[in-house]
Amino acid sequence: MAPLLEITNLYKTFRLHIQGGVEIPVFDGLDLTLSRGEVLAVTGPSGTGKSSLLKLIYGTYRAGAGRIAVLHRGTVIDIATATPRLIGEIRRHTIGSVTQFLRAIPRVPTLDIVAEPLLERGEDAAKAKARAGSLLERLAIPTRLWHLSPVTFSGGEQQRVNIARGFAASAPILLLDEPTASLDPANRERVLAMIAEASADGTAIIGIFHDAAARNQVATRIFALAGPG
Amino acid sequence: MTVTDDQPLLVAEGLGKVYGGRVGCVDVSFALWPGEVLAIVGESGSGKSTLLKCLSMQLEPSSGRVCYRLGDGRMAALDGLSEAERRFLMRTDWGYVHQDPREGLRMGVSAGANIGERLMAVGERHYGRIRGAALDWLDRVEIEADRIDDSPLAYSGGMRQRLQIARNLVTGPRLVFMDEPTGGLDVSVQARLLDLMRRLTHGSGLSAVVVTHDLAVARLLSSRMMVMQGGRVIESGLTDQVLEDPQEPYTQLLVSSVLQV
Repeated sequence: MAPLLEITNLYKTFRLHIQGGVEIPVFDGLDLTLSRGEVLAVTGPSGTGKSSLLKLIYGTYRAGAGRIAVLHRGTVIDIATATPRLIGEIRRHTIGSVTQFLRAIPRVPTLDIVAEPLLERGEDAAKAKARAGSLLERLAIPTRLWHLSPVTFSGGEQQRVNIARGFAASAPILLLDEPTASLDPANRERVLAMIAEASADGTAIIGIFHDAAARNQVATRIFALAGPG
Repeated sequence: MTVTDDQPLLVAEGLGKVYGGRVGCVDVSFALWPGEVLAIVGESGSGKSTLLKCLSMQLEPSSGRVCYRLGDGRMAALDGLSEAERRFLMRTDWGYVHQDPREGLRMGVSAGANIGERLMAVGERHYGRIRGAALDWLDRVEIEADRIDDSPLAYSGGMRQRLQIARNLVTGPRLVFMDEPTGGLDVSVQARLLDLMRRLTHGSGLSAVVVTHDLAVARLLSSRMMVMQGGRVIESGLTDQVLEDPQEPYTQLLVSSVLQV
């Protein structure tokens, strides 16, 4: 079966112009293949580029050289050279992402934030909200909070809202940056169960899990980063 | 929103404006698709407001051209439009939100009349329907119905800005230009306005070009971004690309100068 994601010979270096033009190399020739249903745990010491790898795949960071080929609606597209508009479409349909921190406009209700990825796909508003509600329920966010903005929620609650949003529109590829970092054991188990279910349904997942127990529970493969040689 | 809609709504080709010997903007090219919100950022004097005025037919460009997809699907150069077509764009199919609401509102007439006027310009004559639409839009921008007969002079800055947005959107435009729409407002008032603008643009198919010097505003409202310096677009891309992985020295300086975006 064709891989959902195939990274070949990826290079990335940050050049900090305002700090004397310092260059920080992150990847020099990285290769990675991801297939349906895999849960790939990216490991490595701090600063080896775990989050950078996720951001390169999502198109947030621009590749220096190399290829990030994604199977998008039956067509292979190279994220490294795709137009911003095409990357936007890939994010709506093919690559979902759960970042470490929730970013939201104050005043927007939690339920709307979770439903948004579905609405952006053109999904019916009532259905999108129903799906958002069922995810929030599963992640134990009390109904009385759904109509409030999450900006004042606790760290763990915000993270669960972020996870609900990331899982709302099921995408073939899902990127998870520390999805269980600030969760209590019960919520951690809920999130790990959702990851396992998504994987069983064929979603290909790349995650960063600092918690070794969580990692061992869901990962089907480890991808160890050592930093550029 | 149809994501497979492959026809851009607005296209700028090599757009430039020179005032006397002074450069306003130089060689700007981009395309805007239906449903997209494009932010233009840069310091004052970088040419972003000049660009916005050239795009919206308020200034005649010195070079290059702007094309717009008319309602019938035809892509037309703005400088070749008939007077009637120009009027239709300015009064109905486009909106223009000024930084200072006093420039976009008529301060001498009531809030309801400010909204109704745009409808009358497109031929609506029925008083009940005009008042109904005005009330509906006041509600959407969170202004109490009993303020409909007040003059905007009696409104706060945030309310005036929301009224200006209602006045612009009542005709169902496909494209809205905004020049520093949150500038000069308190932070709490800004948040409310951002929430409102995001609700009005998200998923509605409405496109917007937003000029702002506030990167946080750009981050929350736009999907794409252009950075201007000295009249030129020096960097562009998805909003998160430009803010999280800026390539140009000036963009890096801009991004690193704010506390949190």
